[in-house]
Amino acid sequence: MATEVAIAPSHNEEPHLNVNYLKAEKGVWSWLTTLDHKRIGVMYLCSVTLAFFLGGMFALLIRLELLTPGRTIMGAATYNRVFTLHGAIMVFLFIIPSIPAALGNFVLPIMLGAKDVAFPRLNLMSLYIYVIGAVFCLFSIVSGAVDTGWTFYTPYSTTSSSSVVSMTLGVFILGFSSILTGLNFIVTIHKLRAPGMHWRRLPLFVWGMYATSVIQVLATPVLAITLALLAAERLLGLGIFDASLGGDPVLFQHFFWFYSHPAVYIMIVPGMAIVSELFATFSRRAIFGYFAIAMSSLGLALLGFLVWGHHMFTSGQSEFATMVFSGLTMLVAIPSGVKVFNWTATLYKGSIWLATPMLYALSFLVLFTIGGLTGLFLGTLSVDIHLHDTYFVVAHFHYVMMGGTVMAFVGGLLYWWPKITGKLYNEPAAKVSWAFVFVGFNAVFIAQFIMGSRGMPRRYYDYVPEFRPYHAFSTYGSWVLAVGFFILAGVLVQSLLRGAKAPPNPWGSAGFEWNTASPPVFSNFIDTPTITRGPYDYHEATEEELFDGFPEDFKKTES
Amino acid sequence: MSSATTTEAPKAAESGHGSGHHHPFLAHHFDNPVHQFDSAKLGMWIFIATEILMFGGLFVAYGIFRGQEPEMFHQAHERLDKIMGAVNTVVLLFSSLTAALAVRQSQVGDRKGTTRWLVITLICACIFLVVKFFEYQHKFHDGLLPGHYFTAHLAQHAHHGHTLPYRAHMFFALYFMMTGLHGVHVLLGMGVLSWVLKKNLAGDFSKQYFTPVEIGALYWHLVDLVWIYLFPLLYLVG
Repeated sequence: MATEVAIAPSHNEEPHLNVNYLKAEKGVWSWLTTLDHKRIGVMYLCSVTLAFFLGGMFALLIRLELLTPGRTIMGAATYNRVFTLHGAIMVFLFIIPSIPAALGNFVLPIMLGAKDVAFPRLNLMSLYIYVIGAVFCLFSIVSGAVDTGWTFYTPYSTTSSSSVVSMTLGVFILGFSSILTGLNFIVTIHKLRAPGMHWRRLPLFVWGMYATSVIQVLATPVLAITLALLAAERLLGLGIFDASLGGDPVLFQHFFWFYSHPAVYIMIVPGMAIVSELFATFSRRAIFGYFAIAMSSLGLALLGFLVWGHHMFTSGQSEFATMVFSGLTMLVAIPSGVKVFNWTATLYKGSIWLATPMLYALSFLVLFTIGGLTGLFLGTLSVDIHLHDTYFVVAHFHYVMMGGTVMAFVGGLLYWWPKITGKLYNEPAAKVSWAFVFVGFNAVFIAQFIMGSRGMPRRYYDYVPEFRPYHAFSTYGSWVLAVGFFILAGVLVQSLLRGAKAPPNPWGSAGFEWNTASPPVFSNFIDTPTITRGPYDYHEATEEELFDGFPEDFKKTES
Repeated sequence: MSSATTTEAPKAAESGHGSGHHHPFLAHHFDNPVHQFDSAKLGMWIFIATEILMFGGLFVAYGIFRGQEPEMFHQAHERLDKIMGAVNTVVLLFSSLTAALAVRQSQVGDRKGTTRWLVITLICACIFLVVKFFEYQHKFHDGLLPGHYFTAHLAQHAHHGHTLPYRAHMFFALYFMMTGLHGVHVLLGMGVLSWVLKKNLAGDFSKQYFTPVEIGALYWHLVDLVWIYLFPLLYLVG
């Protein structure tokens, strides 16, 4: 009763290509040297999950320390290191590679009807570069860690006694991993679409990945040169960022945010890409405004390059520049709004199925909207002068990064979990974990919005007693959030060990990736498929394509 | 080499099953060698875009600091050796030509010709690095070094008589970062071309499959292109 038999008569000359990718080759070595995009995706998934766990632990430590004013569990110098590591690990090791390199690697070629990404060796190389970069970062942690914040602002980063060089080298290396993934995806999307998969039929996940890849390829090298200059500044006393030698520390901020603002879109656009899939599948209808959503991803990619100065309103750039950047920042609301309204319109009169991935997608819609709108407060000059460097900013970007990207990542992970592992997960338990995550997340960060607007500065180790209730509430929330993630981890482990076997299309989706076996065979498709409809054309999909059970059962009900 | 001028061969033969391995160098996820070649070329062009943005950071820094202190840049640049820079420019331009000729020879299936032009390209790269080495050595000797290591202002009267402007070390910081990063790219390019040469000697290429030669040469043109901008910006400040 193996599902992979049910697909098509084999035309393949190499039988091992028609076997479930998890079993096609055996042994640890076959995983470490694999060129299969699915296995590389799975290895990335394990790596980023580990990074998320580590970064999450640091987050819990930060919250625990802030439970009471003054010293709670650690000293001020340790605290500086802990929040830096939380930021650096979450940004560079988790959130940037999370959706593209883990889920994207797995799903994107299958969605295109391709057998692999364009450059499989480069794909494996990007994984190893990621691991090497991570080792540098870990070395930095054990050799004294970094206390500069993840932004490495000069002049502090050039004078701090912590191990900045190994951390910046680690991030420099991680950048190349990101570039190679982006490059690979762009070429794959251009060159490896199956017959009939023209641009207007590309799944929105692929459009989002395309926009993300363009940003990765164009922005990351600027971070590379910035960090190389920073390292040279520390090692050789170069002077470019050092005012006492005639350099300019604000230039560092310009360089840094020229990458790191687009990087925000490297983080959020993939999240938007995932929920576009989720809304269509779980509303059982064609996504509303397909082309508008696709183009708004590219619009975000473009605008992302033009707004870096809004991180520097108080850093001493000219008033004119501040005004221009503020105006451009407002424009970001347009493509974001296009997406939010189109998703909402997709729900309207849809046949909504509140499965856990959909709950995460709906959370994304709400939380991202809050995160996005508070971004407009911060983009407004006069308001920003008050809110700059307060917990309001912290809450804003966590609503976007965590309420947006992480919610979408978990939603996508659960959505594609049956495809990746071939196992179903326990739906009620997953719903419980979602409830904890949603409630906990809001508890943590709503408190931070309030205390931020009342003037609690970010990064501070200590605070006045007036802020005590907010900090305590936020810390209690972090525990609820942690419980939610541990339940989720339990659900996934239980599914791996004892989960029921998943049919090829458990959600009854019209998306192309569900036309493969669960888990897919080694070469994804036995013959290159021909695409005859769009990925959301529920009205054109056959009953067999939308069937959420096993193919053999489908034939039984027919007869 | 009788039918050496035709290159239509790859297209016709490989249609049909994408999963079959008709050609030893055709990966299983491509339809035919032309498809594979086009993909590789697009990949290299995108990589070149990332390289240009990486150098872009340095060009921006150059523009800003030169805009702030044009006089200093002008006086500091006179300590660079224009003759050596010009020689290196000619050498690199010539090596770009030979790299292109190597591609041409591999397209027509002339393995010996490919080897010859690749070797000449590599020799040019070595000449470039040797000249650069002497230039650097001279700068080290004069203490014209970046940042804290800059000592030329202490010894300048003894050597030249004319004074170096205040903050000339900024010029040399940029000079070393820009030419240093370019030098790293020359080394990387030499590595790529040596790998291509090795494959060519092993007889891996034919009229149907010369992708690495083309890709390697494309990268080498980038190395040349960056220098074309560095030379006037650093050596010929007006």
